[in-house]
Amino acid sequence: MRPPQPLGAGAHPVPPRGCQLLSQLQPEEALLPLPSRVSRALRALVYWPAAALASVMNFSEVFKLSNQLSKFSPNGKFLASCVQYRLVVRDVSTLQIFQLYTCLDQIHHLEWSADSLFILCAMYKRGLVQVWSLEQPEWHCKIDEGSAGLVASCWSPDGRHILNTTEFHLRITVWSLCTKSVSYIKYPKACQQGISFTKDGRYMALAERRDCKDYISLFVCSDWQLLRHFETDTQDLAGIEWAPNGCVLAAWDSCLEYKILLYSLDGRLLSTYSAYEWSLGIKAIAWSPSSQFLAIGSYDEKVRILNHVTWKMITEFGHPATINNPKIVVYKETEKSQNLEMENLPFPPTKAAASSLFNTETKYEVASSPVSLQTLKPLTDRPNPKIGIGALAFSPDNCFLATRNDNIPNAVWIWDIQKLKLFVVLEHLSAVRSFQWDPQQARLAVCTGRSQVYLWSPAGCVSVQVPAEGDFQILSLCWHQSGDSMALLSKDQLCLCYLENEGVK
Amino acid sequence: MGDWKTITVPIPSSESKNISQFTSETNMSPSSLYSQQVLCPSLPLAKSVHNFFRAFCTEENVDQSISYLDQELTTLGFPSLYEESKGKEVKRDLNIVAVLNCIQELLVLHRKNLLAQENVETQNLKLGSDMEHLQNCYSKLKVQKLQNIIASRATQYNHDMKRKEREYNKLKERLHQLVMNKKDKKAAMDILNYVGRADGKRGAWRTGKTEARNEDEMYKVLLSDYEQRQKQILLENAELKKVLQQMKKEMISLLTPQKQKPKEKTEDIPGTVLSDVEEDTAELSKENMWELSCETVREQLTNSIRKQWRILKSHVEKLDNQVSKVHLGGFKDEEVISRQDHEQETEKLELEIQQCKEMIQTQQQLLQQQFTATCDDDTSSLLQDCYLLEEKERLEEEWALFKEQKKNFEKERRSFTEAAIRLGLERKAFEEDRAGWLKQQFLNMTSFDSKNSENGKPQSAFSGSSDQDNLTLHSKPGQKSCSVSSGSSVRASKLTKSLPVSPSASELFQTIRHMSENSSSSVLNVAVEDTKPNQVGRECPAQKWSVASRSDSQEGGCSGSRSLACTDWSIEHGDGLP
Repeated sequence: MRPPQPLGAGAHPVPPRGCQLLSQLQPEEALLPLPSRVSRALRALVYWPAAALASVMNFSEVFKLSNQLSKFSPNGKFLASCVQYRLVVRDVSTLQIFQLYTCLDQIHHLEWSADSLFILCAMYKRGLVQVWSLEQPEWHCKIDEGSAGLVASCWSPDGRHILNTTEFHLRITVWSLCTKSVSYIKYPKACQQGISFTKDGRYMALAERRDCKDYISLFVCSDWQLLRHFETDTQDLAGIEWAPNGCVLAAWDSCLEYKILLYSLDGRLLSTYSAYEWSLGIKAIAWSPSSQFLAIGSYDEKVRILNHVTWKMITEFGHPATINNPKIVVYKETEKSQNLEMENLPFPPTKAAASSLFNTETKYEVASSPVSLQTLKPLTDRPNPKIGIGALAFSPDNCFLATRNDNIPNAVWIWDIQKLKLFVVLEHLSAVRSFQWDPQQARLAVCTGRSQVYLWSPAGCVSVQVPAEGDFQILSLCWHQSGDSMALLSKDQLCLCYLENEGVK
Repeated sequence: MGDWKTITVPIPSSESKNISQFTSETNMSPSSLYSQQVLCPSLPLAKSVHNFFRAFCTEENVDQSISYLDQELTTLGFPSLYEESKGKEVKRDLNIVAVLNCIQELLVLHRKNLLAQENVETQNLKLGSDMEHLQNCYSKLKVQKLQNIIASRATQYNHDMKRKEREYNKLKERLHQLVMNKKDKKAAMDILNYVGRADGKRGAWRTGKTEARNEDEMYKVLLSDYEQRQKQILLENAELKKVLQQMKKEMISLLTPQKQKPKEKTEDIPGTVLSDVEEDTAELSKENMWELSCETVREQLTNSIRKQWRILKSHVEKLDNQVSKVHLGGFKDEEVISRQDHEQETEKLELEIQQCKEMIQTQQQLLQQQFTATCDDDTSSLLQDCYLLEEKERLEEEWALFKEQKKNFEKERRSFTEAAIRLGLERKAFEEDRAGWLKQQFLNMTSFDSKNSENGKPQSAFSGSSDQDNLTLHSKPGQKSCSVSSGSSVRASKLTKSLPVSPSASELFQTIRHMSENSSSSVLNVAVEDTKPNQVGRECPAQKWSVASRSDSQEGGCSGSRSLACTDWSIEHGDGLP
């Protein structure tokens, strides 16, 4: 693999046009024997506690990856992944390389257009965006933000416009791929989540800051007409997010003040909510897919759920470190006891043996009733304390809510939304890096930076070792839209995991 | 104070009057009493001092004690207790006046001290509460101060942030100008060819028309969302209404049959109550009623449900009371005995059945053996053929007999279980009867002494059963544990008692049947005969209830009272039937 290119002004060691010249590929990658779909050798036979999860899990071979940049196309047919300055697009069904593009520099950001026809690669250090077409590999587009710099880039929902945020948030440049037109949006706010598109792609909300006041602008995405512009009653707007139905916009203040405002599509303030004063406030929010609930995670280690009729709190979920209720099942990850037969170990240890030594397999065990979870004492003298609800997500069927309390980092709480109470707690051996719901059913995938992927469904849960050689530390994961597979991403590798239900096979 | 008295004892009687007067005075003052009570335990020395005083002056050492006291008093600045000495050698006499003055002064001093002490104590209390108050105030102030500090820091922080932001904005503006005005050639898009729009249309010019269209579309989106939500809410509402209606229906159906029962028995039930209910049910029959969401209908519905709920609640409460009363009554022994008897009897019967089965089996085996024996010998079989046929016929006859016997046993067993069930029912009925009777008794005792008419009901039940007492032959009057028990329970207890004595199950069954027939008829008789007393008896609780529920709406309270009384009545009597 080529080392990262220095940002020399004149040096252009990389060919200017990215195309699928196989001669330029590294031999190992070009000549990879890619059998249809998966190499069956890497199959983990997993017997689930219930057939509802999956009966067999297959793992693909491991592919190289950088910056954890790998994404399924919205139509689910392709998988794009970045290896330094190259963009590899694979067919999901065969995992064979479909297209290969070479960018001008190391890629920092990758995004599919909504119609799966184009891929955007942003190189922030150079202030460049390169766009590739899947249908016409020879088509190319390069956007240079010049001296203004680039810190963020994204597609508009129509897949024909690119929104580039310049350095210091001076402006957002809207580049069109259909016409020569370029438009600017001034005063975008530098915040946690400053842009939000409605799910149907019709409208965009943008957080702005002018004269030390927060504003929100609503744009019509089809022609970038400014639909509404209004001031928000916030000290320091931290983020905005549309409800999935695209009719309500939630805007929340920075963590210094617990405040959330709800605006209608026509800019009317529907409601404001504040749970308490003085101490640190909102950390993360999540809309339920039905737009019926708004879950707000805050620094006081609680999740509050607002309803969509009165916008008042329905309930609050505390995240205590001890769980006394025997009705709540606590699954504890434990290491499987390995019989280490020292005399059988070769010396010096082979690579495989060493990796198996370090990758001890784990399993979930049901912990008996009063369970105390491992807690992290947050440092009060440091900013951004590791406390409070930092991540929360609703299941696609609205029935469950998964949360993580950052000062109990190893645990994932799963709440029953129909009964509005705690359902299951999963405690792991390491801190939870990320979790994501299967887009098709109530099935949660969790990763903790170890070489296991964890799956939970109401039927039970399981810990699965990735049967890759060496240490495959899963840092993040993303589901395929069908829910049949997911991509497991480590620091520099990618592996696909296929979940097959018994009925399929 | 008693110690003072002990000191005064040796002093001559002429003085003691005065002294006792003082002591009584001091005794009378509550403060002194209090102080002594308080001081004595607090000071362990005080007791020893008292003891010392008690031993201080005796018949022998009067002189020494006087001189000692004199000395002590003079050192404290009191005048001497002795008369002015005229000669050195002469023994000085005790100056009574001086003694009295001294005592008086001491008493005054003591009282003063007590007063002062009291003052100090109250002051101490006052100060204590003041302190507490101040501490509270202090903590409150502290919190407030802290909040103020936070608030002031926040404002300062915000101010500084704003200042910095302004500077930052200026810089940004400047940078923007620089970046934009430099004619930044670098900022550009290098594209091979423009691509078509995703929807395949050409981009339209932005005009006022498109703006209006956008607005329209936005409102359309909003409108459709609101419509959808309204639909959802309507659906939810309808479902809730349905549930309410269902509940109401069920409540009415639950409450009305109990009302109608007494109507069958007694003709003169006030028509208004039932008509009210009938009206309600008639309303319910209008299927589309709940489609109207106007206020009146809603009110009606909620009101009627509330009404029914109240009735149900009071009814349940009453039932609870009954149950608790039943539990209070000493019932357990009887229950245990009956159960034991029952078990014994079933065991016995099972044993009998088992024996019979065995017998049948042996018979069968014998038959089989004979069969096989005959089959062995082929030559003799021909000879024995006719004999066998005869034998077979005989055996078949026997077999049928056995079957019949078995059937009989089964029947007996079944009938016994039936009897046991009936027994249980009867016992339950009796418990309820008893509860009702006790309640009546209680009511009689408390408020309705003049109206003894209620007694008619339990008495009648009792008298109805008294005939049967004579009918049951195996009864042992000595075992009657409960003298208050009415007919059914007496029957039950007698029945259970008679069980172990009974020689066979069939006999037992017959007696049970006999008794049950008797009991049913007797209860029916009672029901027919005792209409008049019942009527009076029913009115009494009704009156009571209406008084209790007057605070509620007049209508609801009235109907509720009626139904309550009725249900009460129907339980007491209706369940007595087997």
